[in-house]
Amino acid sequence: MEKLNKERAAWIYKKMNDIRNFENEVHEIFATGSIPGFVHLYAGEEAVAVGVCAHLTDNDYITSTHRGHGHCIAKGCDLNQMMAEIYGKETGLCKGKGGSMHIADIDKGMLGANGMVGGGFPIAIGAGLRNQYLKTKDVAVCFFGDGAANEGTFHESINMASIWKLPVVFVNENNSFGEATPQWYASGSKRIADRGPAYGIPSETVDGKDLMAVYEAAGKAIERARNGEGPTLIECLTYRNYGHFEGDEQKYKASSGDENTFAKRDCIKEFRQYAVDKKLLSAAGANKIEKSSTEDIEHAIKFAEESEVPKPETLYQDVFAD
Amino acid sequence: MARRIAFMKAINEALDQAMAKDDKVILLGEDIAGGAKVKQLEKENEDAWGGVFGVTKGLMPKYGRKRVIDTPISEMGYMGAAVGAAATGLRPVPELMFNDFIGFSLDTILAQGSKMRYMFGGKARIPMTVRTTHGAGASAAAQHSGSYYGLFGSIPGVKVVVPSNPYDAKGLLLSAIEDDNIVVFSEDKTLYGLKGEVPEDYYKVEIGKAKIKREGKDLTIVTIGKMLYVALDVADQLAKDGIETEVIDLLTVAPWDQETVIESVKKTGRLIVIDEAHPHNNTAKDIAAVVGDKAFDYLDGPIKTVCAPNTPVPFATNLEQLYLPSPKRVLETAAELIDDLKK
Ligand SMILES: Cc1ncc(C[n+]2csc(CCOP(=O)(O)OP(=O)(O)O)c2C)c(N)n1
Repeated sequence: MEKLNKERAAWIYKKMNDIRNFENEVHEIFATGSIPGFVHLYAGEEAVAVGVCAHLTDNDYITSTHRGHGHCIAKGCDLNQMMAEIYGKETGLCKGKGGSMHIADIDKGMLGANGMVGGGFPIAIGAGLRNQYLKTKDVAVCFFGDGAANEGTFHESINMASIWKLPVVFVNENNSFGEATPQWYASGSKRIADRGPAYGIPSETVDGKDLMAVYEAAGKAIERARNGEGPTLIECLTYRNYGHFEGDEQKYKASSGDENTFAKRDCIKEFRQYAVDKKLLSAAGANKIEKSSTEDIEHAIKFAEESEVPKPETLYQDVFAD
Repeated sequence: MARRIAFMKAINEALDQAMAKDDKVILLGEDIAGGAKVKQLEKENEDAWGGVFGVTKGLMPKYGRKRVIDTPISEMGYMGAAVGAAATGLRPVPELMFNDFIGFSLDTILAQGSKMRYMFGGKARIPMTVRTTHGAGASAAAQHSGSYYGLFGSIPGVKVVVPSNPYDAKGLLLSAIEDDNIVVFSEDKTLYGLKGEVPEDYYKVEIGKAKIKREGKDLTIVTIGKMLYVALDVADQLAKDGIETEVIDLLTVAPWDQETVIESVKKTGRLIVIDEAHPHNNTAKDIAAVVGDKAFDYLDGPIKTVCAPNTPVPFATNLEQLYLPSPKRVLETAAELIDDLKK
C-alpha cells in the first residue's frame, strides 16, 4: 500500500472539509425550507468515506446509503451539481429527479445513495462480479450502516462475495444507531466485524474517527481485492453529528455512555493535527484548504439557487433506454 | 361540536383501543417506539420516536415493549414473524414504514400468509393487519413515494384498505384488526395532519363498503385515498356549469365495492376513476374493466381513468406536482365525457 504523501494528504483534508461544510450548509438551508424531502447528513463520519475513497479511482465502484452525500463527495462527484440535485434543480447530478436520497453519478463509479436500507449490498456484489468477469483490477466498495447489517441482503451478499472471492470491500459505518434504535439492541453480535469470519471473510474493527486507521485498513483490503484475494469487511466505529434525518429530536442519544467517546471527537481536527505533526501539511496550507473549501461550497449553493427547476417534459423522460 | 382530531391521531387511537380490548394484539416495526435499551429513556419509560411519523407515539409507554416491539431493520424477518404469530394465535399489527419497502418482505405476504389458509385446506387463520404508508406529495422521492395498494390487492387472500379521512381511518383499522385475514391498511402520509370528527368510543367501519360522499346524476367519480379531495374539488367546479357529480370514496381497494359503484354508474352513465397508482394493472383499470363488463348498457361514453404517469415518482417539487392526478387533469377528462350534457 502506498504511504500517505503530501499531495494525498491535501486531497484528503480538502474532501473532509468539503463534506463537513456541505453538510453544515445543507443543515442550515433545510431549516429555511428551501430544500425539500428527507435529508440524512454525513457530518461527523468524514474519515470513513474519505479514508476509503482515497484509494479509489473513477474506475472503481461504490454503493452508498441514504446518508450518501459524504460518499459522493469523496468519490469525486461535482459539488455544484450535487447541491443542485438536493435542491431539485435541472442542473443537478440526476437532473433533479433523484434528490438527496438517490444522489448518484455512475460516470464517477458512484452507484447511488439508496433509499432502501441494505439495497446497496447486492449491487456491490454485481459490480464486483463485473470486475472479476472482465478481469479488471477494479474494486467495488459497499458502504453500509450498522442497522443495514440486519437486513437479509447483508448476509446473502457477503456469503456470495466470499464463495466467489469477489473484489468487494464491505465498509461498515457503525455510528451506534439505526434511526432511533441502538446497535446494542438490534444486533446479536457485539461487533459487526464479528460476523465476517462466519462467512470466511477477513474482518476488523477500526477507529472510524481516525482517518489514518481507516486509510490503512482500507488500503490493505483494497489491495487484497485488486490482487484477486477476495473480500474484506471493515467496521469503522464513528458517530453522526446531526440527527438521523433533519428534524430528528435525538432523544435516544445519551448524555453519557460508550458511544459518546466518539461523539466528542472531531475527525477533521484530528487529521489536521496528525498531518501537520507529520509535516504532510503546513498550518498555512491547511488554512488555505479550509478557505477554498468554504468558497467551493458557497459557490455550489449559489449555483443551485440560480439554477432552474426541471422542465415539465422531463417527468416522462428516462424511464426506458432508447 | 364533536371532537376533531388528526388522521394520525385517529390511527393511534384505534391501535390503543384494539390493544386495550384484546391482549393478543401486538405491534411490530422499526422505531415504532424507538430508543430500545437506551438508559435514559428506559428510566422514564419513554419512546424516542413512536414511529417515523409519530403515529404510534405513547403506545409503548402504555403497553410496554412486550407488545410494542421495535425490530431490527429486517422487514423479511418481522413481517414473516407476524405471519407466523398470526397463524399460531396472536393478532399482530406489523408496520411497514413505507409501502416501497415491500420488496424486502413480499414473500411473507405473497407466498406465505395469503396462501396458508387455502393451501392448508381452510384450517389456518391469519389475523394480521399490515399498516403501511403510500403516496407522493411529500418530496420523499422515488423509493419512498409509491402507491402500491393495488399490488397488494391483486393477491388472493389479502384485503386492502385505503382510508381518506380520520373517521374512516379509525373505524376501518378497528375492523381490520378484528378481521381474521391479512388486511393491508395503507395510510397516505400526506394526510396525517388532516383533521376530522372522530367519536371517542370503539366503533367499526365495514371493510368492502364504499361511501358516497356527494350525490349527483350526471357523472360518477370513484376515488382512492386522498384522490377524494381532487374529486370533490372537481365536483364543485362542475356544479358551476350545472353538472351534478356523484363522488364515491372507495375506502376498500380489495375487495372493492362493485355494487355501490355499478349502481351509481347505472344512474349517471359516466365514470371516471382517480387512482394515484401507475396507469397499468392498477385498481382503476380493474374497476373500468368490471364496470365495462357488468354495466356496459348503462354507459353513455367510455370509462375514463386518471392515474399517475408510467414513471417513478420524481424528486423535484414541480415534477412531483405534475405527477399527481390534479383537478385540472380530471376536469379535462370530464370535459370529454360531458360535452353532450352541455349541448
Ligand atoms: C428497506 C428499508 N427499511 C427501512 C428503512 C428506513 N430507514 C431509513 S434509514 C434507517 C436506519 C439505517 O440505519 P444504519 O444502516 O445504521 O445507517 P445510519 O442511518 O446510521 O447511517 C432506516 C430504518 C429504509 N429506508 N429502507
